[in-house]
Amino acid sequence: MTTDDSRIARRFAKLKAEGRGGLVTFVTAGDPDMEISAKIIQGLPGAGADLIEIGMPFSDPMADGPAIQAASLRALKAGMSLAKTIELVQGFRKADADTPIILMGYYNPIYIYGVDRFLADAKAAGIDGLIIVDLPPEEDVELCLPALQADVAFIRLATPTTDDKRLPTVLANTSGFVYYVSFTGVTGTKSVDSAHVAQAVDRLRRHTDLPIAVGFGIKTPEQARAIAAVADAAVVGTALVQVIADHTDAAGRATPGLVDAALGFVADLAGGVRNARSAA
Amino acid sequence: MASSIPNTYRAGPDDSGHFGIFGGRFVAETLMPLVLEVEAAYKAAKADPDFKAEFDYYLKHYVGRPSPLYYAERLTAHFGGAKLYFKRDELNHTGAHKINNCLGQALVAKRMGKTEIIAETGAGQHGVATATVCALFGMKCKVFMGAEDIERQQPNVERMRLLGAEVVPVTSGTSTLKDAMNEALRYWVAKAETHFYIIGTVAGPHPYPAMVRDFQSIIGTETREQMMEAEGRLPDSLVACIGGGSNAIGLFHPFLDDASVKMYGVEAAGSGIDSGKHAASLTGGRPGVLHGNRTYLLQNEDGQITDAHSISAGLDYPGIGPEHSWLHEQGRVTYVSATDEEALDAFKLCAEKEGIIPALEPSHALAYVGKLAPTLPKDHLLVMNLCGRGDKDLAAVLKHLKARGKL
Repeated sequence: MTTDDSRIARRFAKLKAEGRGGLVTFVTAGDPDMEISAKIIQGLPGAGADLIEIGMPFSDPMADGPAIQAASLRALKAGMSLAKTIELVQGFRKADADTPIILMGYYNPIYIYGVDRFLADAKAAGIDGLIIVDLPPEEDVELCLPALQADVAFIRLATPTTDDKRLPTVLANTSGFVYYVSFTGVTGTKSVDSAHVAQAVDRLRRHTDLPIAVGFGIKTPEQARAIAAVADAAVVGTALVQVIADHTDAAGRATPGLVDAALGFVADLAGGVRNARSAA
Repeated sequence: MASSIPNTYRAGPDDSGHFGIFGGRFVAETLMPLVLEVEAAYKAAKADPDFKAEFDYYLKHYVGRPSPLYYAERLTAHFGGAKLYFKRDELNHTGAHKINNCLGQALVAKRMGKTEIIAETGAGQHGVATATVCALFGMKCKVFMGAEDIERQQPNVERMRLLGAEVVPVTSGTSTLKDAMNEALRYWVAKAETHFYIIGTVAGPHPYPAMVRDFQSIIGTETREQMMEAEGRLPDSLVACIGGGSNAIGLFHPFLDDASVKMYGVEAAGSGIDSGKHAASLTGGRPGVLHGNRTYLLQNEDGQITDAHSISAGLDYPGIGPEHSWLHEQGRVTYVSATDEEALDAFKLCAEKEGIIPALEPSHALAYVGKLAPTLPKDHLLVMNLCGRGDKDLAAVLKHLKARGKL
């Protein structure tokens, strides 16, 4: 099982001690190519990301909006694979032993890689948790239970459609933290409603002691601040991926200034989050 | 392993929607409550005699069932072997078997109080059938269709619009059927409370593969009765084409426990299996997880889904229904394939010998019948599901036949 001295637990404990919510950033592995992607990810902690989610590219990202779909395709076109995603984390861990890394994506590439082999390689590379969009609790025997056995956190999404009756099922084997999806829809298609989120977080806290991160629709430092004031962390994905997209050419290749622009955006978000509790 | 032969092939899926290792419910949490709601509603409908009465009423008076079981005498003579029968599901209203399923699902949606329907379509047959039942029941209808397929299938696009449906072009991914399904799922996630998703084949999360199969099983149930009436015994072989596999499972399922009945599912081999340009998931793919279920998929070594290729837009899908994957591994059904070229020849042959213009999809089945029938004795009863008519394919087929100097 995931232990209290896991990187994720230590990071949330630190945030609590600092009296602030955290910033979780999402980028797709290998977007727009392996080298640039590694630079961005290595720069994220310095820019103020407290936890890092890395998307595993998939040809058919059914729960993602256009921005993350495009990121997946850019990465695949540049030759990204699950094996290379694991390598990317290995490289990151050489310089950073503390920032939690969570892989997010779809089940098929892991299934094809082989669940046991994947968990062993992921653990060895320093991967702390998994968010697998198309593995609901009904399919826990596939990867969730083996992951918990291997001491890799399995983080589940709770959504506005997850009612009080369903919530215990969703939370049963969840570890690390709970990721609350702020609206029903695919990533990046609407804006977050912080009043709704505050209510939802209260509801979740009645069911779990795990930290609660909130994502979907957080696009600006102001929104990140509002969410970090009521939840344990705010997740920003699409908006950051869009900054990367804005700095690629028509063929999906990086243009000058991409890394600085992405990390600059993260620094702005981090500034928002760090002011959260004092402003709230 | 002889000891693993099940007592029945008709008991699946289990409560969690699995046929052996295949099937399941691999969907985002946002969709789970809705998928469970559909499952409960379908279970209740199945147990309700009023639901069955309503379904049967519309099948008879609106769809025009039962469809005939027709002895194809001239093709039988041409092949010089087995006695060939066509199950004429191309004579249904809207010209294909698709309407059986759309009608059933629309009635489930109605029971659930849903007033808006979404669907995906490749060739447009499922889209037209969905738009049709939506007009029939006064429901709003949105059909997701790959931008490339919209170009290829203009007449069906016009039909759907005339029937009052909104056709939504899908430009993500490869702009074909799998992307239309991705987009329909994305839309459904956002509108889950008010919308019902009518999936067109025996794929998707549980309960769809079982529900669609049950609605299509009318094909096999009728065939059984009609063959008893015509010949006084069961058929010896059944042949049907496979994209997702709904017409095939509809024909096969009522016969699965009749050991004497052999079954052949014909996948689309496109330019040939060896060319890599095909849509034969069982022949050329391996198990994976996509669109809510585990099944055989065309994919690369990294688990990325690869494009399917077939002259028939209705077979142009990189997956197959999970029950077929299971029947394949059990060895109960034999899965074979036919190329674009073979399907074109069969299309023309059927028109010339029987005065029936088949869709390109069952033309694949007929291509295999052309290989199988001559090897069988004259008292061998062979039924092929003629699951759709070919009007929609005329332009494409004529172009191909002319280019090959065959017309």
